[in-house]
Amino acid sequence: MLFDLHAEDLVTAIEGPLVFLRRNVNVGLGDAVEVSHAGGDGRIGRVVAIDGDQVVVELLEDTTGLGIEDARIRFLGEPMLMPLGTGLLGRIFDGLGRPRDGGAPVAARVERRIDLAVINPAERGLPQDFILTGVSAIDVLNSLVRGQKLPIFSAGGLPHDKLATSIAQSARLLKEDGQDFAVVFCGIGVSHDSAESFRAAMEHSGALEHTAMFLNLASEPTAQRLLTPRYALTAAEYLAFDEGRHVLVILTDMTNYCEALREVSASHGEIPSRKGYPGYMYSDLATIYERAGWVEGRPGTVTQLPILTMPADDISHPIPDITGYITEGQVVMDRELDHRGIYPPIEVRSSLSRLMDQGIGEGFTDPDHPSLAQQLFASYARAAQVRILSSVVGREGLTPTDRLYLDFGDRFEAEFVQQTGVRELEESMEIGWRVLSLLPPVELSRLSDEQIATHIRAETASG
Amino acid sequence: MIGDMTAAAVIESVSGPVVKALRHAPLSVGEAVSVGPAGLLGEVVRVSAGQCTIQVYEETTGLRFGDAVIGSGQPLSVRLGPGLLGNIFDGLLRPLQQGGEEVQYTVLPLLEAGEKVQAGQRLARLEGPAKEQFVLVPHDLPEGVLGWIASGSAGENDVVARIALEDGSEREIGMIEHWPVRQPRPVRRRLAPNKMMVTGQRILDSLFPVARGGRAAIPGGFGTGKTVLQETLAKWCDADVIVYVGCGERGNEMAEVLHEFPKLEDPRSGRPLMERTVVIANTSNMPVAAREASIYTGVTVGEYFRDQGYNVTLMADSTSRWAEALREVSGRLGELPSESGYPAYLSSRLSEFYERAARVETLAGKKASLTLIGAVSPPAGDFSEPVTSHTKRYVRCFWGLDRGRAQARFYPAIHPLQSYSEDAANLVEWWTKQGNPNWRAWRERLLVLLEEQANLERMARIVGKDALPAEQQVKLLCADLVGNAFLRQSAFSKVDRYCSPERQTAMLGALIQFFDAAEQAVSEGVSPDDIAGSEFYRRMARMNEEIGEGEADRFAELIAHMEREMATLKRSDVDAV
Ligand SMILES: Nc1ncnc2c1ncn2[C@@H]1O[C@H](COP(=O)(O)OP(=O)(O)OP(=O)(O)O)[C@@H](O)[C@H]1O
Ligand SMILES: [Mg+2]
Repeated sequence: MLFDLHAEDLVTAIEGPLVFLRRNVNVGLGDAVEVSHAGGDGRIGRVVAIDGDQVVVELLEDTTGLGIEDARIRFLGEPMLMPLGTGLLGRIFDGLGRPRDGGAPVAARVERRIDLAVINPAERGLPQDFILTGVSAIDVLNSLVRGQKLPIFSAGGLPHDKLATSIAQSARLLKEDGQDFAVVFCGIGVSHDSAESFRAAMEHSGALEHTAMFLNLASEPTAQRLLTPRYALTAAEYLAFDEGRHVLVILTDMTNYCEALREVSASHGEIPSRKGYPGYMYSDLATIYERAGWVEGRPGTVTQLPILTMPADDISHPIPDITGYITEGQVVMDRELDHRGIYPPIEVRSSLSRLMDQGIGEGFTDPDHPSLAQQLFASYARAAQVRILSSVVGREGLTPTDRLYLDFGDRFEAEFVQQTGVRELEESMEIGWRVLSLLPPVELSRLSDEQIATHIRAETASG
Repeated sequence: MIGDMTAAAVIESVSGPVVKALRHAPLSVGEAVSVGPAGLLGEVVRVSAGQCTIQVYEETTGLRFGDAVIGSGQPLSVRLGPGLLGNIFDGLLRPLQQGGEEVQYTVLPLLEAGEKVQAGQRLARLEGPAKEQFVLVPHDLPEGVLGWIASGSAGENDVVARIALEDGSEREIGMIEHWPVRQPRPVRRRLAPNKMMVTGQRILDSLFPVARGGRAAIPGGFGTGKTVLQETLAKWCDADVIVYVGCGERGNEMAEVLHEFPKLEDPRSGRPLMERTVVIANTSNMPVAAREASIYTGVTVGEYFRDQGYNVTLMADSTSRWAEALREVSGRLGELPSESGYPAYLSSRLSEFYERAARVETLAGKKASLTLIGAVSPPAGDFSEPVTSHTKRYVRCFWGLDRGRAQARFYPAIHPLQSYSEDAANLVEWWTKQGNPNWRAWRERLLVLLEEQANLERMARIVGKDALPAEQQVKLLCADLVGNAFLRQSAFSKVDRYCSPERQTAMLGALIQFFDAAEQAVSEGVSPDDIAGSEFYRRMARMNEEIGEGEADRFAELIAHMEREMATLKRSDVDAV
C-alpha cells in the first residue's frame, strides 16, 4: 500500500519534529512516512497520532528547509522495517539502521519491524550461564549471566566507557563453548569521540569484526534516539536468534534516550509525570530492556549492558530508578571511590545482580562462591557502618574488632575492587578470601566451619 | 465471544491503548468489544451520544481510521475451568502456552438425578492432571432439580449435568464458566480471619503473621526482595492454590516460576508445586491496558478456586504497575489527574481490590479463603507516595522492605520496626494450638529487644560501643543474634528456605533461653565479649543453617551446650576478677 501525495493543501502545520496533516488517506498508527520537498532527499518519519481528520507525523530527521507548501508526503503503508541479512558484523550504521561507513547496504534476507519483538514469557529459557568479565566486583559479587540485562549506573566523568569496553573485549563463558560474543554497540546521543574510542579499542583488540555499531551522534536529531536502540536490538536479535550467536549489546547513554523521550512527549503535549518524564517511561523502557534473554529451542542469546549517567549523581532520579525496576540488577559507580583512585569505582553494596543465584555455585562456578559473596557483602556492610561510627568517635573510640573492620574495608577496596587488567575467577576469589582473613573467624557467620578451615589463613591480627 | 458481527462503531482516533469511535448502535459501559480487522479485544469505558471510548487490551499499532468495532453484549469476562492449574495465561486469561491434546477428566457425581440443587453447590468432583476440582451450580441459577448428571470420562467442553428449572426449562451445565472480572463472586458469609496462613518465613509467621483471608502489602524499592519474597511464599506457604500474577514485571521472572515450580515438591502433598499454581503474566513489555485487567483476572481466578472450597493465596507483583496502567489510561482519556498524576479513583480501586480478600463460607457451605499479597514499588523507595500510602489504609499486614538491609544482603530485608500485622492479635490461639502458648509473650520480647537495639545503636554512635554498660552491650549481642539466627532466612538455602511453625517455636525458645542466660551471666560479671567470642554463640548464630526441619532434639542439645559453656565462662571470668 503506497500513497504518494503531493500535498500543497495537506500539511497544516510543522512544529518541531511534528508535521500535522489533514487526513485523506487511511493510514495506520506507527506507519512509516517519507517527507520530502522540492530538491531535497526523503526524510523518514512515522505516524504518531490519528485523530479524527488529523494525522500527526513525527519526523526522525531534521525539519529545516521544510515548508508547508512544498512538502511531499509518501505513506509507506506499513511500519518501519529493518533489512537484515548476513554481514551485519564489522559494520557501522546510523541511528536509523542505514550504513554510515560508506559500505553497501546489508543484503536483506528478511525485513523486520523494529518494535514488535515481545518474547512470550512461556517460551523464555532461564539465563544461567556465568559470564566471566574479568572484573572482581562483578564476577564474585554481582555476577553477569548470559541473557541478563545488567545496566551500569554511572555519572558524568566516571570511567563507565572504559569498563564497558573492557567487558566487551574480554567477556567469555566460564564453561568454554568455543564461541566469542558478538558485540552490538548502540550509541545514543553520544559524542563522536566516545564512539570513535570504542571503535578504536575494539579494532585494537581485534574484535572489530565481531562488532556492529549503531550510532546516533549528539548532533543528530533527538527523535531518532527513540529508534536507535530498537534498530540495534533488532539487529542483535537477528544475530542471536537467526544466526545463533551470543550477543552482548552495549547501550549508551540511556540517559540521552530518556531525555529524548521527555522532549518528544512534551512536543506531543502529553501530561508529564515525575520530573517531566512521561508516565509511560516505565513501559517504554521495558520494551527495550525486556529484549534481553533467550528463547527455548533457539540457539543464541541477547545480553544487555546498558549504561546510564545518573543526573546529579542521584540514584533516586527517575531514570536510574525506573531502570532499576526493570533490569535484573545494576552495577553502580561511585564518585568517591573514583576520587580515591580506585578503578573500577564500583560500589558493591548498591550494586546487585538478580540472576547471580542462578549462575553461581555448585555446577556453575565454585561451590563456595555464594558463601564468599555473602560474607564479603555482610562484612563490607559492617565496615561501612564502622566508618560512620569512627568519623564521630574516632578510631580510638572503636572496639578492637571494629578497628579490624576499618582495615578490612580499606583493603577490600584497595585490593579486591581495585584492579588493573582482567582477573580469572580463581584469582578474584582468592583475593576475597585473603581480605576476609583480616577478620577474626567468629565474625564470619556466613561461612561454615569447613569453609573457614579451608580458605581463611589467619593473618597475624594486629588489632 | 463476539456474537453480532455488524459494526456498532467505527474508529475515529487512536492514542496508545485508547480508541475513540463513532457509534451508531448501542454499546454499554464495560462491554467487551472486538476492534479492527484483527479482532483486538477491548472494553468500552465511556459512551456518549454518537461516540464511545474503548480501552484496547492488545497492541494498537496498525489500527486505522474507520476500522470496525463490534459489540459482544457481554461484560469483559474470563473463562474459568479445570484447565487453569499448572498453566500460564495472559492478563485476560488466554493461554500463553499451546497445550497438547484435550485433557480428559474423570467425573465423579456428588448428587443424584432428582435431587434439589441451588447456586454454588458442588455437583461433581473432577479428577484430572492437577488437584481435584469441582463442578458447581452456576451462581445465576435459581433453585432447580438435577435432571441428569454425567459419570466417567469427559472433556472440558462436554456437558456434565442438566438442571430442570422451575419454569419448566432446562439448563446444561459444563465444566467451563464465564465470569465478569470486575464483579466479585458471591459467598454465603464472611468468617473471622483467625486461622494463620503459614508462610514458612520466620519474620512473618513469628512476628508479622497474616491470617487466611488476610491482605498484606510488600512495599520496597527496586531490588529489595519483593519478588523473591512473593515467589518464596508461593512455594512454601500452606495454601491449596496459588494464583501468581506477574503484573508489569520481568519476563525472566515468569520463566523462573515456570522452570522451577514443576521441579519443586509441595512439602504437604508431595506433588509438584506447579500443580497447585496458576500463573497470570502481563510482563512489562506486554500491552499496558491488559495490565490493568490482569489484577482483576487474578482475583476472579482466586475467587473461583475459593468457591471450590480451597484456601487460595494470590500474589500480585506489582500493584504499582497496575496503578500506573490505570494512570496511563486515565491520562489518555483526558481525566483530571490527582496526586502524582494518578486518577482520583486510585484509592477506591485499591480498596475494591483488597476487599475481595476474605475467609468465607462458600455458597456450598465450605470454609475457604482468598488471601491477597500485593507488592508495591514506590518510586525512589519513598513510602509516602500515593500507591503505598493508599494501600496502607486497606491492608492489615505491612511488610516494609528496607534498602539498607538489602544492601547488606540481609534477607528477607523486611524492616521489623517499620512493619506490622493487625492479624497477630487474632492468631494467639492458633499458635497455642500449635504448641506454643508463649508466642505472644515471646513475640513481644523480640519486638521490644529490636526497638532497644535501634536506640542503643544510636547511642553507640555518639559515645562508642565500648562506653556502653555491660547490660546494654549484652542487649546488643542478643539483638544481633536475633538478626543473624532468626530474622535472616535465605530463600536460596535448601535447609532454611522453609521453616515450619515447630522449628520456629524451637528456635524462638532457644533464643529466649539464651537471652535469660546471657543477661544473668553478665550480671554476674561475665564479659559480653567473651560470650560473643564463644563457640556456642557461633553455633547459635548459625542454627538457621545448621539445624534443619525435623531435628528438634538438636535444639535441646544446643541449649544444653550453651548452658554448659555459659557456666564455664562464669567460672573463668568471675574467678579472674
Ligand atoms: N529472601 C531472600 N533470600 C535470598 N536472596 C534474596 C532474598 N530476597 C531478595 N534476595 C536477593 O535480592 C535480589 C533482588 O530481589 P527481588 O528481585 O525480589 O527484588 P524486587 O524488590 O522484586 O525488585 P523490583 O522491584 O525491581 O522487581 C534477588 O535477586 C536476590 O538475589
Ligand atoms: Mg520484583
